[in-house]
Amino acid sequence: MRNLARNCLGGLLLMLLSGVAMAGTGRILMVRSPQMFPETMITLQNTIRKFGYKISRVQRVDIGLTKSGYKTDRYRVVFFGKAGEVRKIANRYPQLAAYLPMKISLFAEGRETIVLAADPMMLTRVVDAQALRPILRRWSSDLQKILEIVRKSDD
Amino acid sequence: MKRLVLLGMLLFPLPLVAGNATGKVLYDQNCAVCHGYDGHGGVGVPLALPAFLSTVSNDFLFSTIRNGRPGRVMPAFRNLSDRQISAIVRYIRSWQPGSEPRDSAVTIRGDMIRGGKLFKKYCASCHGDRAQGSPGTGVTFSRPRNLPIMAPALNNSGFLKAASNAMLLRTITQGRKGTPMPSAASMGLKQKDIHDIIAWLRHFEKRHASRKQEKESPVIVQESSYDLKTTVNNVKQAARGKNFRIIRVQYLDQGLVEPGKEDRRKVIIYFCNFNLLNKALALDPRVGLFLPCRVTVIEHKGRVKVVSINPTMLSHLFNNEELDRMCKEMKQTYMEIIEEATL
Repeated sequence: MRNLARNCLGGLLLMLLSGVAMAGTGRILMVRSPQMFPETMITLQNTIRKFGYKISRVQRVDIGLTKSGYKTDRYRVVFFGKAGEVRKIANRYPQLAAYLPMKISLFAEGRETIVLAADPMMLTRVVDAQALRPILRRWSSDLQKILEIVRKSDD
Repeated sequence: MKRLVLLGMLLFPLPLVAGNATGKVLYDQNCAVCHGYDGHGGVGVPLALPAFLSTVSNDFLFSTIRNGRPGRVMPAFRNLSDRQISAIVRYIRSWQPGSEPRDSAVTIRGDMIRGGKLFKKYCASCHGDRAQGSPGTGVTFSRPRNLPIMAPALNNSGFLKAASNAMLLRTITQGRKGTPMPSAASMGLKQKDIHDIIAWLRHFEKRHASRKQEKESPVIVQESSYDLKTTVNNVKQAARGKNFRIIRVQYLDQGLVEPGKEDRRKVIIYFCNFNLLNKALALDPRVGLFLPCRVTVIEHKGRVKVVSINPTMLSHLFNNEELDRMCKEMKQTYMEIIEEATL
């Protein structure tokens, strides 16, 4: 009970104090980085690692599009997670595997970069198990902190 | 107890912080991600255009922030207080001080049927036959498109609620310099014509249905009649049959664990149709959040399951009706691929 209260208050504080926008009608976490795309990508990857996650790969969406003849500015998707957590959740709740590992998308918008992610708390709509909530809450909190660092990165 | 006191001390000043926060802080936190720090636009329309600020009232901006544009990307900010929204409006107005037009009540006595015909002739090429607006988001820096700025949906309930007759009259009369919107005079429209067009636009207020969010699961799950290896091959074949290119097949934890130590009972098949992807990104650049397309095959407790995201449910996150339609088709495609691979 104490842990639950602490988590709830922690989340509330984070939401009130951070500049991470909750866009749309649901839970998209979204920020605008004042840095250009390459610098934002470096900041993002370094920040993800600082939070203890491993980057499993980067999907170069723009490369696939341009190779197919379409024009686009830079657009990438960064996949990351902690092996133990990903395995544990996929074993216990296989239906959640569709959303694992976590990912953050980023795309160039002029001299700035838009960075966004789906809030992992959205997955409580798939499985609303008490045992799952603490980890999803931590992922959500980490994502918001990561995005806030990217938002405040120097240009 | 000490922790509770500490938390109380931390939380207590928050309303004061929020109350004293400048419009700039609130704008940066809530609006800049889409509209840009200086209002130059992005996923959202540009707000700093002098021709925009000189035609819209503070009430229009307030109502737009509060109610948003259902189905047209701009969300409703129900979480902000009236005071906070007013602070944001003052900040936006500070980009061009004294620009707020003086609105007086304008009664429209127009011929709705004639207005509809005029709209189709003069306005529909940008705003659409039913005034549904052009597809896509505000302005797009990331890819080429037909219009430099998304033409607003004039039939949108949020727009019609925010826009006064005076504002509509002024905008059509003057046009919007810096956008493709011409003035009425340049199109040969007279005052009576403008009244007729506004009368036609107003009829959407009575007809607009609220946008319903379907209560769907965020995942599609199907058990397979085949073993893991066969199911993976079936998914690949089915995806190819739907004109998708297989771009990668990997284990779920690949890249997170040392090579060779992956859990080989969980396989992700990534696939893409770049034409479809390009269309989706043109409708909303944020859609990459749920790309590339993928299906995951899992062997769990002796059974093989195939799981994927549910695009229909996810499209609602973006508040973009154009995307809803595409995601509905995409859900059907996912289901057909999964069905073909498992049955």
